[in-house]
Amino acid sequence: MQVHKYDVVIVGAGGAGMRAAIESGQRARTAVLTKIYPTRSHTGAAQGGMCAALANVEEDNWEWHTFDTVKGGDYLVDQDAAEVMAKEAIDAVLDLEKMGLPFNRTPEGKIDQRRFGGHTRDHGKAPVRRACYAADRTGHMILQTLYQNCVKHNVEFYNEFYVLDLLMVDEEATREDGTPYTQKRVAGVVSYELATGELHIFQAKSVVFATGGAGKVYKTTSNAHTLTGDGMAIAYRAGLPLEDMEFVQFHPTGLAGLGILLSEAARGEGGILRNADGERFMERYAPTIKDLAPRDIVARSMAEEVRQGRGAGPNKDYVLLDLTHLEPSHIDEKLPDITEFARTYLGVEPYTEPVPVFPTCHYFMGGIPTNIKAEVLQDNDTVVPGLYAAGEVACVSVHGSNRLGTNSLLDINVFGRRAGIYAAEYAQTADFVELPEGGELPTVEHIENLRSATGAEKVGELRSRLQEVMDADMQVFRDEDSIRRALAEIEDLRHRYEQVSVQDKGQRFNLDLLEGLELGYLLDIAEAMTLAALGRKESRGGHYREDYPDRDDENFMAHTMIYRDENAEMEGVKGIRFETKPVVVTRYQPMERKY
Amino acid sequence: MSTVTEAAEPASKVDLGTQGGGSGEIQSFDVTLKVRRYLPETSEESYWDEWTVTMYGTDRVLDALHKVKWEIDGTLSFRRSCAHGICGSDAMRINGRNRLACKTLLKDLDLSKPILVEPIKGLPVEKDLIVDMDPFFQSYREIMPFLINKGPEPTKERLQSQEDRARYDDTTKCILCAACTSSCPVFWTDGQYFGPAAIVNAHRFIFDSRDDAGDLRLEVLNDKEGVWRCRTTFNCSEACPRGIQVTKAIAEVKQAVLNRTF
Repeated sequence: MQVHKYDVVIVGAGGAGMRAAIESGQRARTAVLTKIYPTRSHTGAAQGGMCAALANVEEDNWEWHTFDTVKGGDYLVDQDAAEVMAKEAIDAVLDLEKMGLPFNRTPEGKIDQRRFGGHTRDHGKAPVRRACYAADRTGHMILQTLYQNCVKHNVEFYNEFYVLDLLMVDEEATREDGTPYTQKRVAGVVSYELATGELHIFQAKSVVFATGGAGKVYKTTSNAHTLTGDGMAIAYRAGLPLEDMEFVQFHPTGLAGLGILLSEAARGEGGILRNADGERFMERYAPTIKDLAPRDIVARSMAEEVRQGRGAGPNKDYVLLDLTHLEPSHIDEKLPDITEFARTYLGVEPYTEPVPVFPTCHYFMGGIPTNIKAEVLQDNDTVVPGLYAAGEVACVSVHGSNRLGTNSLLDINVFGRRAGIYAAEYAQTADFVELPEGGELPTVEHIENLRSATGAEKVGELRSRLQEVMDADMQVFRDEDSIRRALAEIEDLRHRYEQVSVQDKGQRFNLDLLEGLELGYLLDIAEAMTLAALGRKESRGGHYREDYPDRDDENFMAHTMIYRDENAEMEGVKGIRFETKPVVVTRYQPMERKY
Repeated sequence: MSTVTEAAEPASKVDLGTQGGGSGEIQSFDVTLKVRRYLPETSEESYWDEWTVTMYGTDRVLDALHKVKWEIDGTLSFRRSCAHGICGSDAMRINGRNRLACKTLLKDLDLSKPILVEPIKGLPVEKDLIVDMDPFFQSYREIMPFLINKGPEPTKERLQSQEDRARYDDTTKCILCAACTSSCPVFWTDGQYFGPAAIVNAHRFIFDSRDDAGDLRLEVLNDKEGVWRCRTTFNCSEACPRGIQVTKAIAEVKQAVLNRTF
């Protein structure tokens, strides 16, 4: 086993990881560990844009952007973080332009901007053009541009290195008020090299987690096969909390039956949703901004239309995205990729036919809790020195209970940059924490147990079952019964997982083995999600409980914090502790959320 | 400020007539996959393996490979991630043509015969359909794939006209999947050739009005392993899953080399 030593180790090479690497790499000796080649990361699948109040095409300011973000997140947003994001958005976009990002331009040659869901002028008066974009492949351009700049700055990548464990040590410490507590400190990570099957330990003063989300707990998802919640689960197993895991975003316009993303930019550019009767139903659900309401509202409205029997198609199980009133040249210029997806995968011609769409699991608002310096928290307010997280894996929380479109590309740039700077600055002043003796042994054991297992259960079968259960019972509508059904199934699957075996017993490129490990992460994440969902007996943002249809600020205006704790129990599940964390409110008191 | 004209508000209700979307019955069909296997821990030799699986409606070659891996043979190894043609992980030779497995619908192939699946050519095979991508990314690095601007940094964005932005739009679509490079007969026989993908990415910067290092890149590409190796066989343009006019981009780079003033 090889041991490597770096000031900063970044785990993940999507937008957040590479944005962090560009900063960190110029300040400290940095390595990026990534389970897929950097340009394969799912940031590249983002389409519509990245919001910043540049005011290039109409009046706008970052305070309006902050307000929209807070309201869009149904007031569960930490407002200090939202302010940071909206304010730094402007430089984040300009930085990308200077790095070479080919934004679409206005006739004057400035960065062009377009409308996006939930982004409004003057606190909700009308949609505003705030999203900076590059056709409908903004994420692709961001990923390419960041990778290009990593090449420029000679960032050191370890491609196809899976991080399987986070090494931390516990120290007894005393708080200012004299109470003792256990302080966690980061020492490094354990990594598995796909090509050889060898383990590597990376000792580091700072570790940045930027591993993305966990959309593969669902069957219908816009997420890549590789989005299996690795970073979240590794942190959770290491004793760190997960925050707000009940909040999952379903993107309204997934290609029906497939889940492939069709950008909200389609509606930003004038596309509208219709039911089987040809009715523009969003006029009823969000009279002011209609099809450009936030995603949670549009997704629920679509699901409601289908429930009411107004779904389109032979099985009445989807609605229609209508672009037929737009000029084909406008579609070609602004929405070329997504219209090609409709042609390729469904054989539908968007110039002349409406496109079948239905909500698809898209984004996790929750994740590893951090503060606005991207420092990871081990409880409500204690920082783990040297440990950082940014992007979808983190919960800072700028998205609260529902993320606005474009704010994820913004989040990765703003907080990825911050994570890189603060991680490098910390590494410049800190010493290495001594690696725990035999720190790799649990990983060795875990891998060898799975490789040599002979049980009858198959990874693919258990994963399919999990995904079906989550699609059925943890979707846009939930209630006590559905969540409990999901939880019972997950507990059964966790039990069956103990009997799982893999067929590939080799060392080289053993993706069979790694899919087995990834399934373990998915099961942990799904359990945390359902327990968090049970605990939140209200409806807010992406978490809609039919048995508690209203938002309840008196009892639930707080973040959920789920811990693994062998001495605790929650809802009959042993080893789980449920706590809450206050929401940071600066200038916006909760109001009724209407659009 | 705004010069954009508002489109007319779309109708609240329209008559959709008969909607598309098919009959509602999902068609199933049997597909035989014939995959070139290479398991270096078991044997030095590569061999063909064949499976027949039942697939449905809009399934793609990637779905069939997954079905084999998840239900029949877990050792079958291939890279994939996004599964909708944007990450570039799953370029492979399907019936002798380079394609992305996630973008190739089974129903568009001739299913009366086995579907032949092989690793892309010209890069060392590591295991089954997985090849060593490092030489490919090394060529990419050599053309300096990043914006080089020598002017003073503006406080706001650099301006670029819509026409200037359109000039290099096509080559910004590249996802570095290597389908073009590994379809190129020159690349197969001469591993030193930069290959189409590196030239496409050079084009993206050479024709970007904000970039000042075109001459440097053209000098690199004027090398004996550079653009002049291209024999214009158009394999690359046909292979590109993003529809980039690769051969045209290479021709434009050749022309730029000839026109440049050193």
